[in-house]
Parts: sequence; C-alpha cells; structure tokens
Amino acid sequence: MEIPVAGQPAYLYTGGKTPSYADFAEQPLTVFIHGAQQDHTCWALQSRWFAHHGCVVAAPDLPGHGRSAGNPLASVEASADWIAALLDALGAARAFLVGHSMGALVALETALRHPARVERLALLGAALPMPVADMLLAAARDNEPKAIALVNAWSYSAAGQIGGNTVPGLCLLGMNRRLMERQKPGVFHADLSACNAYLRTLENLTAIACPTCVIAGDADRMTPLKANRALAAAIPGASLAVIPGSGHALMAERPDAVLDVLRDFAVQR
Amino acid sequence: MSHKFATLSLHAGQVPDSQYGARAQPIYLTTSFVFKDADQAASRFNMERGGHVYSRISNPTNAVLEERIAALEDGVGAIAVASGQAALHLAIVTLLDAGSHIVASRSLYGGSHNLLEYTLPRFGIHSTFVDPRDIDAWQAAIRPETRLIFGESLGNPGLDVLDIPRVADLAHAHGLPLLVDSTLTTPYLLRPFEWGADLVFHSATKFLGGHGTVIGGLLVDSGAFDWVASGKFPTLTAPYAGFHDMNFAEESSVAAFLLRARREGLRDFGACLSPMSAFQILQGLETLPLRMARHIENTRKVLTHLANQMGKTVETVTHPDLPYHPDHALAQKLLPRGSSSVFTFNLAGGRAAGRKFIEALRVFSHLANVGDAKSLVIHPASTTHFRMSDAALAAAGIHPGTIRLSIGLEDPDDLIEDIDRGLAAAAKV
Repeated sequence: MEIPVAGQPAYLYTGGKTPSYADFAEQPLTVFIHGAQQDHTCWALQSRWFAHHGCVVAAPDLPGHGRSAGNPLASVEASADWIAALLDALGAARAFLVGHSMGALVALETALRHPARVERLALLGAALPMPVADMLLAAARDNEPKAIALVNAWSYSAAGQIGGNTVPGLCLLGMNRRLMERQKPGVFHADLSACNAYLRTLENLTAIACPTCVIAGDADRMTPLKANRALAAAIPGASLAVIPGSGHALMAERPDAVLDVLRDFAVQR
Repeated sequence: MSHKFATLSLHAGQVPDSQYGARAQPIYLTTSFVFKDADQAASRFNMERGGHVYSRISNPTNAVLEERIAALEDGVGAIAVASGQAALHLAIVTLLDAGSHIVASRSLYGGSHNLLEYTLPRFGIHSTFVDPRDIDAWQAAIRPETRLIFGESLGNPGLDVLDIPRVADLAHAHGLPLLVDSTLTTPYLLRPFEWGADLVFHSATKFLGGHGTVIGGLLVDSGAFDWVASGKFPTLTAPYAGFHDMNFAEESSVAAFLLRARREGLRDFGACLSPMSAFQILQGLETLPLRMARHIENTRKVLTHLANQMGKTVETVTHPDLPYHPDHALAQKLLPRGSSSVFTFNLAGGRAAGRKFIEALRVFSHLANVGDAKSLVIHPASTTHFRMSDAALAAAGIHPGTIRLSIGLEDPDDLIEDIDRGLAAAAKV
C-alpha cells in the first residue's frame, strides 16, 4: 500500500494482507526496516509470516528506496523520525521494530528518540559504531557497481556464496545484486554515509527500556558477532540470538532460524 | 561474482547435505516432503517459509540445477522444466494472455516456430516474425498489444547472431522484455543478460547436459526488468486470485516473474523436470567449460578444413567465425570465445550429394539433435525437410545440399578424416 509519510508518498508491504487504518491502530503492529541499498523485499518471508499470524505488518521502503518517493534521508536520526512519522500516518501508538544493519540503527535510534512509540526491538546484523571503510564509501559515491560487488561478497557466509537458498530456484547472490542495482543512483552513498556518521556510542544505550533482542550471524563479516554481542551487552536486559552459519544477510541465508527467533521474541508480548 | 565460471559450474547451488555430507548432489527422487508441524506446512504453502512441498512445484535436486544455471547466467534464479519447449511455453504463458502479441525472429528452431506460428494462435496469442538483422523490422512489428520480444542467440539455419544490445534497447524503449533462446551458445560462450536480455531459456538437452541422455529445459530470469514501471504485465503486478491474491512484484522486486511462473505455470501446466534428469544435467554442467572449449577448438579445425574445400565439393560454409559471414563483426563482439559448434555447409551436388555424404560417414552420427559430446550430422533436404521442393527449401534458407554438423569432442583428425570420406562420396554424384 502507499500512504503519505512526512509529506511524501511511501510504499509499505503489508505481508500479503490488506489492513485498514483501524487495524494499524488497534492490532499489534510490527514494522520491518531494511538496510542500506535495500527495499522491503529483504523481509518477504518473515514479514509475510507475521502478517498471517495475528499481527499487522508494515515493511516500508525507506524514502528514496524501492517504490517510495523522495531522496534517501541523510542521517540515521532523520530516518528514526521518519519511522515515528510513519507510525503517526498509520495511527499506530506503538510498534515492534525489527531492523537489519542500517535499519537496525534506525530502529535503535527510534527507541531512543521516541521511546513511547517502540514496544520492543529486534536488531539484526548490527554494530555500534558502524564505520564504513573509506574505500567502500568512495566506491558507493564514484563506482556503484564496484560497491555493490564488494557488499554482496561480504554479506554472505562461505556456504551462502555457493548457494543453497531455502526458497527453491532463487540465487542468493544474484537476488541481492539485482536488488541493490535496482536502487536509484546516490542512495547507496547516502545510506553508507548515514551509517558511518552515526555517532551514538554503546555507553549511552541505557535509556532503552523496551525488550530488545539482538540477532547475529556467527559468520557475519560486515557486523561481526563480537560487535553484535557488545551491542546486546550495552542494552539493559537485551538478549542475543546467534544464528549458526549465517553471514550478514541473515534473513536470506537463514530465513527460518531468523523467523523462529522473531516469533519467540514476539510471543513474549 | 565471487566465484568464477568454472568454479560455479561445479559448485553453484550445492552445499553438501547436512545428514550424510554427500559430495555429489543426491537425487531426491520423492514426490513430496514431510512437514515438521502444521504451522510449517501452512507457512510453506503460503510462501512464508522456504522449502519444498511437492516435486511438481520444486525439488531439492532440481533447485540445485536452477541455482547453478542462474549463477552461470548471472541471473536471480531459474526454473527447471521438462524440455526446452516447456521453458519457452512457461515464459510465454507467465507473461501473455489471449490477445497478446509476440515479435520474434524468423530464424527460430522449428519447434519454437511451430509453437508461435501454429499452436499459440489457437489460444489467442499471435506472433509476427521478422528478419533478426533488420532492427527497423523489429520496431515496425511492435504493436500496442505486444508483450514479448523473442530471438535466438544464434538463429537457424544461417547462424545469424542476434544483436542483443540493439534489440534489448528497442524492447526496453517499448516497456517490453527480451527473451533469448541461448541453447546453442550456453553461458560459456555468451551471457545474454550482460548485453541487456531479460529472460533466457535453454534446451538443457543439448550442451548443458552434453551427453545426449536426457531432455530438459531451463528458464532463467535476469531480475533486471522492471515489470511495475512497464505497466504492461498485470500477471506480475496485480493481485492473482489463483494464489491468495498475491501481487508477485510486491513479494519480490527482482524475482516476481519466477515466483509467478512457479506458483502458476509449474503448478497448473505441470511440465516439471524429473530429479533424475536434473541430476544428469548437473553432471553435464560440471564439465561445461571444458567441453565447450573443446567443442570450439574442434570446430575451428573442421571449419578450416571445410573452408579449404570451397570451390570443390563444398559450395559454402556458414559460420559466424568466418570473416565473410554477415555477422562476423557482431560475433567477435558478443561471442569472443567462439560462436558455435553447430553450423552448416552446402555441398555442390545438391540432394543426391547430401545423401551420399551422410551415408559415407562413420564417426558422425546421423540423427536429429545437436550439442552432444558425439559429433552429429543431418541432411535437412532428405530428413526434416524432405517433403519440400527445392524452391520451398530456398525460401526457408536451406540449400538441397545443406549439411548441418554438430561438432563433438572426438579427436579432430578423426572428424576431418570422416568428413573427407563423405566429401569423396559426394564428389562422385
């Protein structure tokens, strides 16, 4: 569905259901936030399951990504405010925020800036800080195909590089490469710059009061397990779920394991 | 691409199975798959979890083959089907409805031509056939109801090279996808997506399987075509009542075509590939780079030999690697490793010479196939086209003395000796 958010048309995937505004306001809402140079389809399996298991789901394309209009937002803080604006637009008081990579930073920042709006947090493939190598930032600015190739190679475990997708017939690397190529010019650099510039530190996460789960792949080379573990340790009461054998692209490499963790965490609502 | 072509040929799609660690791909010869619990069952049916349900829709052995060809073609995924014809059919029925129109090269494999010219019109889908070298003809044939542009990487029988970049640009300017039959070239010689094609299919029966053992087809999606922006493909961009009102382009920005093709086309038309056949094709793919290199090496030697016979028993040799072929420059651009091990030459002595040539051969097998490890030969005027007059043959671009060769992996000296035996027999006519 398409709705105006902060004055711009925004696209939301709703998990194959067609919820009304009353549904968004009254039912448990789960918002799935994608990472850099991605769109909502990175959550297709998990968000569809939630939509068919008692939740109302919104998996937006962030501004400038996928089908959403506008330019990519310049900072994680701006994206966090946009998520709050999205909840406003939906008439939803609170939501369970699930974010991946850059989307995890956005979810985290939303919980800090708008704590009343966040019921619980699931942070996948996250690190704080999330520095981006100068070489990758330069490639994203000057040579997007190179940046896409680099990120695609770093996002999957050794086994994931070979294949074995749980969704029959679809090639993990090919899918991610084409999805990244599909984004508008300039989006990648804006996203990576926002991650790189996000200055919040592990020391000031104690204000997060909502239940939080950090989900990490033990073969993640973008945001290593060690960084995910440190993040979980810095958030009061946060749990850490380690997905064996997964690289950074957790939702694609180990979709069922990720879903099982999200499901069990959501059940605690 | 993280791994290179030869590595992908051996490994792509296959992670050793978790139970026994089998290094070779197991053959999952089972119709169906046990669900762990009721929720997993429901979730698989509703595309909330991956996995297999029933082997008409998907199968683990077939899935490895699908991922492997997708990796080799640099696509987002693929669907394995019962034959190359089934792959073409699946592409068409996923995108087109009654009232839709196809613009196709007139230089098509006979089976593809039959489907488009005679069979699909019964279902309301019509085609216009154009000279593949005439870009203006492609453009002129496009109508408001056109939904697909279709050609072969190498056309039949003149081995015209499809100018994929130009035809793709034209197709995209009209919001249309370009489908390429890449059977004769395989991804080793040509990767059509790199030049702008949107969908590729193979008769895996030929070079991909490589051993002349099983029939199979593969349909591959580049994932680059924007079905939503085109606005011409409601099967992918509007709710589908046949599958929970799923809007496939919302489910996947890049694999909507494959999702619909599997959920509708494989489910309803049912042209699935046997896992046994998928295994055989995988065995072939493992050696694709080695075989194709040898096919091309042998072909070059045979071509040189035949070209030296021109003006004697041989009238002409038709192959894009020869400098006088009309598409030689295009072949050098698109097919730098060599263009084909299937080609034709014309005998000076007409039909009778063709028969004598064929009958004298001992190494080449006389049959109706191409792309086997073994060298193959056929004389269209006395077999596939035997009812046609010389004039009708000429209209189809076939000479009474046309011989089609598919050069295999034998020692090239033996192939040349065999050809000389045939030429000597033909010369006596």
